[in-house]
Amino acid sequence: MAKDKQHQLEIVTQPSFLDASALKIPMLQILKEDGTVHKGADAPEMDKDLALKIFDTMQFIRILDERMIAAQRQGRISFYLSSLGEEAASIGSAAALDDGDMIMGQYREQGALAYRGFTVEQFMDQLFSNERDLGKGRQMPVHYGCADLNFMTIASPLATQIPQATGYAYGQKMDKTGTCTICYFGEGAASEGDFHAALNMAAVYKVPVIFFCRNNGYAISTPSQGEQYAGDGIAPRGIGYGMKTIRVDGNDVLAVYKATQLARKLAVEENEPVLIEGMSYRMAGHSTSDDPTGYRTREEEAAWRAKDPVARFQTWLIKKKWLTEKDADEIFAEKKAAVLAALKEAEKYPAPHIDELITDVYDTPPQQLQKQLKELKEHIRKYPDAYPKTASRLEGGND
Amino acid sequence: MAKMNLLQAINNALDIAMAKHDNVYSFGEDTGAFGGVFRATSGLTEKYGRHRNFNTPLVEQGILGFANGLASQGSYAVAEIQFGDYIFPAFDQIVNESAKFRYRSGNEFNVGGLTIRTPYGGGIAGGHYHSQSPEAYFAHTPGLKIVMPRNPHMAKGLLLSAIFDKNPVLFMEPKRLYRASTGEVPEEEYYLELGKADIVKEGKDITVLAWGAQVEIAEKAAEKAAEDGIDCEVIDLVSILPWDIDTVAESVMKTGRLVVTQEAPLTNGFASEVAASIQDRCFLYLESPIARVCGLDTPYPLCHEKEYFVDHLKVYEAIKASMTY
Repeated sequence: MAKDKQHQLEIVTQPSFLDASALKIPMLQILKEDGTVHKGADAPEMDKDLALKIFDTMQFIRILDERMIAAQRQGRISFYLSSLGEEAASIGSAAALDDGDMIMGQYREQGALAYRGFTVEQFMDQLFSNERDLGKGRQMPVHYGCADLNFMTIASPLATQIPQATGYAYGQKMDKTGTCTICYFGEGAASEGDFHAALNMAAVYKVPVIFFCRNNGYAISTPSQGEQYAGDGIAPRGIGYGMKTIRVDGNDVLAVYKATQLARKLAVEENEPVLIEGMSYRMAGHSTSDDPTGYRTREEEAAWRAKDPVARFQTWLIKKKWLTEKDADEIFAEKKAAVLAALKEAEKYPAPHIDELITDVYDTPPQQLQKQLKELKEHIRKYPDAYPKTASRLEGGND
Repeated sequence: MAKMNLLQAINNALDIAMAKHDNVYSFGEDTGAFGGVFRATSGLTEKYGRHRNFNTPLVEQGILGFANGLASQGSYAVAEIQFGDYIFPAFDQIVNESAKFRYRSGNEFNVGGLTIRTPYGGGIAGGHYHSQSPEAYFAHTPGLKIVMPRNPHMAKGLLLSAIFDKNPVLFMEPKRLYRASTGEVPEEEYYLELGKADIVKEGKDITVLAWGAQVEIAEKAAEKAAEDGIDCEVIDLVSILPWDIDTVAESVMKTGRLVVTQEAPLTNGFASEVAASIQDRCFLYLESPIARVCGLDTPYPLCHEKEYFVDHLKVYEAIKASMTY
């Protein structure tokens, strides 16, 4: 095989080095920054219901992010990650998928999860690590996961989900499920070895996977251009690995939707892995532990605020007469009320029982682990004041 | 029954597993039609096709990332890492992903279908990077199971159990014994329990605990000690995680003495964990300090391998020292 390829190489007799000028990757944009459609643009078919569902989800995520940052500042939750500015990238792509498709996120794709149907109560239960949390209170806020919605549980280590997406998609292909996997990550995570392993393997095995890079300009404080990479972003890497690649305006929900729709077709119908690079901007800090004023200017932020994906989509909806300013305000107010109510409610639930400390390490707790829990409980009973969260809920006796 | 060497027993277990379920996949570097550098996967591509037994690109972190994803999808992923010495690029995927997949999701997802096969250990003139016994790194990780078979019969039954166990299993194969260890192996499907130690030889004077390729060393040392009238109880720990503390503790409460052997370096090896746990459980029964017979705290050497290696003479000396303490 290797030999055959070598025989096909074009022979030259003068040395010449290739550089980035050999490959110029453009960016698909359908909605201009002013919310009007480019003349001659290949706009996606999107009916009113779908468009309003996307907008509705955007509004929900906006207020969720805003309120939860405030809740963190008030000390009600320990940590939060906002997706401000990147709503079109996660929601627009999720909208182009089938409910049976697996979503493997990084940690800034709450929009995709909300679009799938994760309820405001489910969000809150995870954020407050209460006993209703599907993750049993074991992970920091925003590490959501839900098997029913085909949304793989988030993990903090960066890029580990990317080769996992390749493997998951391999199983989907073998089982002939007619579904695909979408995998989100940032341009920073694309520096990790796992990214390169994943794309190479996906191209070699031809699996139905969509790699969606949210290029949001920053990995915490490290700017993408010049410090994260010296090349033309992430997209050329997909071509290097032999896969179909497209770059889109990540703040243009129509472009994101259109590209993902076409990518899904390639993935599911032809087992072609696809790389999408969505160009966007992380309007918020990396997390509530971060302060962007230390590494970027207000002018830069203002320039991106003008490209706001939600405002842009809202303008388009209003022009199409599918929405009025008043409708938008009402949706926002309604979402805000729901978020505030769910927040108050979630705070009332206690943490999961101490017994959950040892479940799910294995399918059943090994004997040594049961012994450790028993000893821990005896200790808690001895010093109940030191462990108020669990002491009051320990049943008496020698369990 | 058929006579098989350890490699043939592993190949046979893979064959049976792949015949049993269509969604058992075997993959790794050179493991496709070529059958792997040790030939553990030979014949599987011909039998099950190149989509079920296949080559991976040369990227261990990718192999384990892919395997975790495939297992989380509900398939049985049997990933080979060509040498245990090369497992470290995949350390993150194993320690942070495989081991925590079920726990971190509250059991929404799991990679119970994952088995990692890797040859380990020395005695083959393999130097630093074809000889290591890295079990202790992984034994520090809740959520993993670690199994190390000593012979063909154990290898087959344990590998089948590992593949279909509901938890990720690291299956470490003693490569020095791949062809050297032969024995009668049932041709049919059978399963040996994970997490259960095996008393290889009963005895009353002293307990000698080993795993994997060290078990035959321990047996040989016990034979030599028998010539001195010392009656050793030899135990194969079989599983490093979770490990069968009860069987070891019961034996030590009977004999009052324990020698633990391992190929890996002394400091922070799994033998140390055994020693700590057993002194905790059996303190008042002990007649002498628990002895660890291990590799030196050096990288695995080449020209001094014979001196470095834990052989039966070193174990024999430890037995005698314990008996005369």
